[in-house]
Amino acid sequence: MNPSVQALRHHFEEGGAIGRALESCGDTIVYVQASMLPRALEFLKVTPEQDYDYLVDVTAVEYRDAERPLELVYELFSLRRRAQLRVKVELDKSEDLVIDSIVPLWNAANWLEREVYDMFGVRFEGHPDLRRILMWETYSEGHPLRKDFPLRGRFSRSEQVRRALNMNPEAHYSMEELSIAQAYHELPADMRDRLARDERGKVPDPESS
Amino acid sequence: MATRRIEFNLATTGLDPQGRAARLPLGVADRGGVGILTGEDEPQLGGDHMLVNIGPQHPATHGVLRLVVELDGEVVVRVIPHIGYLHTGFEKLGEYRQYNQIVTLTDRMDYLAPMSNNVCLALAVEKLMGLDITERCKVLRVIACELSRIISHLVWMGTTAIDLGAFTPFLWCFQERERVYDLQEMWTGARLTTSLTRVGGLMADIPDGFESGLREFCKTFPNTLDEVDVMLTRNAIWCARLQGIGIMSAEEAINYSLSGPMLRASGVPYDVRKDRPYLDYESYDFEIPVGEHGDAYDRFLCRFEEMRQSVRILEQALDRLPDGPINVSDPRVSLPPKTAAMSDMEAMIFHFKQVMEGIETPVGEAYLPIEGPKGELGYYFVSDGTAKPVRFRVRPPAFINLASLAKMAEGHLLSDLIAINASIDIVMGEVDR
Amino acid sequence: MGLDVTQPTDAPPDTTVVSPVSPNWVTTKLDFIVNWARSNSLWPMPFGTACCAIEFMATAASRFDMARFGMERMSFSPRQADVLICAGRLPFKLAPVIRRIYDQMPQPKWVISMGACASTGGIFDTYAMVQGIDTVVPVDVYVPGCPPRPEGLLYGILMLQKKIRGETLADRTLREEHPLDERGLRMSPRLLDEISEPFGNSIHQTRSG
Repeated sequence: MNPSVQALRHHFEEGGAIGRALESCGDTIVYVQASMLPRALEFLKVTPEQDYDYLVDVTAVEYRDAERPLELVYELFSLRRRAQLRVKVELDKSEDLVIDSIVPLWNAANWLEREVYDMFGVRFEGHPDLRRILMWETYSEGHPLRKDFPLRGRFSRSEQVRRALNMNPEAHYSMEELSIAQAYHELPADMRDRLARDERGKVPDPESS
Repeated sequence: MATRRIEFNLATTGLDPQGRAARLPLGVADRGGVGILTGEDEPQLGGDHMLVNIGPQHPATHGVLRLVVELDGEVVVRVIPHIGYLHTGFEKLGEYRQYNQIVTLTDRMDYLAPMSNNVCLALAVEKLMGLDITERCKVLRVIACELSRIISHLVWMGTTAIDLGAFTPFLWCFQERERVYDLQEMWTGARLTTSLTRVGGLMADIPDGFESGLREFCKTFPNTLDEVDVMLTRNAIWCARLQGIGIMSAEEAINYSLSGPMLRASGVPYDVRKDRPYLDYESYDFEIPVGEHGDAYDRFLCRFEEMRQSVRILEQALDRLPDGPINVSDPRVSLPPKTAAMSDMEAMIFHFKQVMEGIETPVGEAYLPIEGPKGELGYYFVSDGTAKPVRFRVRPPAFINLASLAKMAEGHLLSDLIAINASIDIVMGEVDR
Repeated sequence: MGLDVTQPTDAPPDTTVVSPVSPNWVTTKLDFIVNWARSNSLWPMPFGTACCAIEFMATAASRFDMARFGMERMSFSPRQADVLICAGRLPFKLAPVIRRIYDQMPQPKWVISMGACASTGGIFDTYAMVQGIDTVVPVDVYVPGCPPRPEGLLYGILMLQKKIRGETLADRTLREEHPLDERGLRMSPRLLDEISEPFGNSIHQTRSG
């Protein structure tokens, strides 16, 4: 077992912040309470004895067993000590899937968290630019890597092709759009709703009004 | 205010059946295909920033990458990469496939270096199962990894040279690639989509003539490298276009989790082959080239030297190639020989069970990184004890390296953006998966 | 230069073979000259997305040398291109892009669908993939293979040249534009669903999971 787990337990004594730890195939896995995640990762990153300076990967796992919570996986590596540690967070699927972003700690988390948001629907609070990254932004079938998402998508093939062909390939090609996309989460709810229906970029016709 | 009426014909069909414009150029209101520009709407060329859209279909973006670039004159103010144009759903599809069936998916992920992807997948599943593979298999997999590294860097070098205006290295690089393709085809039957590995071994042993062919390649390939070296390394244009371009300091490179030549060019000597050895890489004698400036030129030098080191590894691997089986003897993992399956009842049952039900892995999870040509390529499997993974995740080096493009390109010229993008060595199949 | 003046054997059945003295003599000779010129100077627009694009590059490089068939001039702008070669898989996110590129190409234009993914979706029967580019743009030649060897692509190109040599200027329907219909599709949704159905092995594989 990786000694960093003991150090974590020692440093975060209060209220079960550090959950169980186990070893699988030689890798050490430690569970951390969701609210404590940024602090725990910061401790692992900046403490000289820990020195986990390299964020290898951020991803999520949903199990086939619907009862099990969704897990976020943070794979850490220390370049100097050549040590590996996998930090996991459990998110209850019956509640909102929200967690604090770790982009302030590692810039690498930016796109990785966007991918988790896109594929699993986990929202990262404090992320500078949380948008879909692989699917297009008006994609409305859901989050593809969730277990309740069918392999071929929710819509029929003809509906998928129709929506794809009616997508605007020039989205994001104006200053207004770019700033809207960046400020997406600060927008009023009704505007967000209209944007989600792909009403972006239309200039109202002055003659009809 | 003077109103000007501009009629224009759209190059696209442009009109929907109601006669309304379906897709209009930006800045033009939807007025039935006729744009009205008032004096206020006229573009102000003075100090305004300009948006340039590059891609998704563009010869210099190395695939279907789309970059929206905000320019102040010719200087890049910011770059917004849009990816996902090649999102295929590998990770979802992998959850519906048995482990050996996923091998075919990995070919098509990083299609510039399919064999190293195959090897990484097999190693990850073997780590999950706690399997020890045979000595011969290990050496053959090292050969596969290093051949992949060479052909991936060759494509990178050829296409980067084209981006920067030199066509000849592309032809030389592809000529060498064809020779490796011949070897791959000899071994696996396919030029590109090799599907080389199986859990616990390989799909086939190397055929007669492969060893001598590879030795011949190792002997003559450095000559081509020398030619490219003469052509590029001290070329004034090449240096001017690459030196001091897209600099990442060591701290930034670690903060962005860069890996592979991108990280090493910034002076961080992290190579998975040395730091987290797999396939007995610690017993081979080779050097890790490390840059000091962290610019595009150092990345070129790192990749260039890596090819020479790969040739060294290939020669050592050929020298030590032991005899013996390539597959583990466990009948639940590797298929019995065809003759045994046809004549022996037990072998036939194992054959049937493996083909129909797949290989069952114990409950657990494993992350295994290898040093792919693009960087740290990792496969992460979560198993619930069945023959299909609960989660199949690839740690894509090109995806994570590409995330730093916006940081690197800021403040450079538009033409340097192309050089920086080329220096990352992306492959969109892996970025988007 | 040896010009082959025999009638194309693959001419459509309703094409009548005319005698040299018939009033159609001029048309057929003109057809011949035009088709000869067109078929031997095709400018390809390489719409390379994935693995097939690498084989396409190999086809253009030294060993296979597409220049032998008058195709060495890659036209990266659709406005100067004759043949759209879709090399690689086509996700839904890219579908409007290929449609836009096809619409931007001037007549006469042809499309080669290179590889299994472009032709049928290949092994990727997933939520993100168009099941064959013929649901988005019309296709003239399908090249099978995953990916096709360069020889396979060259054979496909030769077949396209043969097809072009069988065309006639008299048939105006060949050069008609077929824009998307009011639904934004190029075929009826039923037909689209039908040709996007999974086939062969993939039915059993996906339903068992």
